[in-house]
Amino acid sequence: MAETDVKILGTRSSPFVMRSQIALKIKSVDYEFLEENLVKKSILLLQSNPVHKKVPVLIHGDKLICESLVIIQYIDETWSSGPSILPSDLYDRAVARFWANYIDQTWFPSLFALLFTKGEEAKGKAIKQLLAGMELFEDAFKKCSKGKAFFGGDSIGYIDITLGCFLAWIRVSEKFNGLAILDTEKTPYLVSWAEKFCADSTVKEVMPEVDKLAEFAIKLEAHMNASASN
Amino acid sequence: MAESDVKILGAWASPFVMRPRIALNIKSVGYEFLEEKVGVKSDLLIKSNPVYKKIPVLIHGDKPICESLVIVQYIDETWSSGPSILPSDVYDRATARFWAAYIDDKWFPALSEIVKVQGEGEEAKAEAVKQLLAGIALLEEAFQKCSKGKAFFGGDSIGYLDIALGSFLGWLRVTELNGLTILDAEKTPGLVGWAENFCADSAVKEVMPETGKLAELAKRLFAKTKAPPST
Repeated sequence: MAETDVKILGTRSSPFVMRSQIALKIKSVDYEFLEENLVKKSILLLQSNPVHKKVPVLIHGDKLICESLVIIQYIDETWSSGPSILPSDLYDRAVARFWANYIDQTWFPSLFALLFTKGEEAKGKAIKQLLAGMELFEDAFKKCSKGKAFFGGDSIGYIDITLGCFLAWIRVSEKFNGLAILDTEKTPYLVSWAEKFCADSTVKEVMPEVDKLAEFAIKLEAHMNASASN
Repeated sequence: MAESDVKILGAWASPFVMRPRIALNIKSVGYEFLEEKVGVKSDLLIKSNPVYKKIPVLIHGDKPICESLVIVQYIDETWSSGPSILPSDVYDRATARFWAAYIDDKWFPALSEIVKVQGEGEEAKAEAVKQLLAGIALLEEAFQKCSKGKAFFGGDSIGYLDIALGSFLGWLRVTELNGLTILDAEKTPGLVGWAENFCADSAVKEVMPETGKLAELAKRLFAKTKAPPST
């Protein structure tokens, strides 16, 4: 399929957008990346995702697909001849979907709170929830990986993408808060997994550099504070 | 497969529990329904869902599966010879998943908000209603597109999105008892017709709680939240 048939509307700093890019790279599908300015959203974005007005949006021909986890599954099912992203075993698939849901509903809000909430109490609560999650992921990794490099086994799969997309933001949080979220003592398997994930050919080019992301985070926080006080 | 191989941990009033029960009914799979007691979580629940300690849990043989929509997809994929729950078209499937996520992430919280603000001022109540009805308008539009003129979001028979939204109809009716119209014959005619067909379906009838019973339960559960004296 011609490259112009597949487009991603997104930003380079968004972990949710990264998910769609990794999924397409796993399938060796070329795509055009349309960079959005989230302060001034394009008409294309507002038309393509009228319900949420958020990135990522996958544009496949004339079809619009929104919500990062929905997009990954769409990519996996559409380009079914490529390497599988969802596990082939049905129970493993249910486990993968369970963790993806936990990551987005429970864990990510605490990462977001740690990065952008003020106040020691709120941060303390966020850190506690975040680290509790990391322990659960360490446990889940041991069960899902079955001794291999990734949650998905020999190659990157659904949980890897869903969690791994946050790694640069995790590093930024660690930097800002003097905190170890990936801890060689408490979560050794995750530490090793993170290294392999970031080094993977499908991830390398789309994972932002931590220093650049840290700079962006500072600007974003300033922008959010300015909007909040208006 | 023996009925005892498939169990659902749940409660009769929970819309989330209703979802896998409808799915199993669609697949004609017998199951044991293990009712959790109100206010007390069983050891089995805590063991089967240590992360959330919430219902529903599907126990298939020795495997616990948690999160209602994850369970529905597991049921669809496991008993694949039965009628399909997810659409067969890959894009329609993405659309169904999108709206199911919207229902759980945005619309259901708006419904809960209506209950939460019962004790608060008129402004809070009006805002909660506005949010809910805006969501219903979107869902009416989605129904028109997905159903393609047929009875259900899934077409001729109940599918994923029907289950995701339809499971809330009991609670929706309870909320309407207070004088609020959520499914409106003029504004959301598609959904009004759909709701009737959904509740009458053989896969749904026995697991949809009676509105009266739910209303009584609601009164008991929210008895603590008393309306403030009118000023």
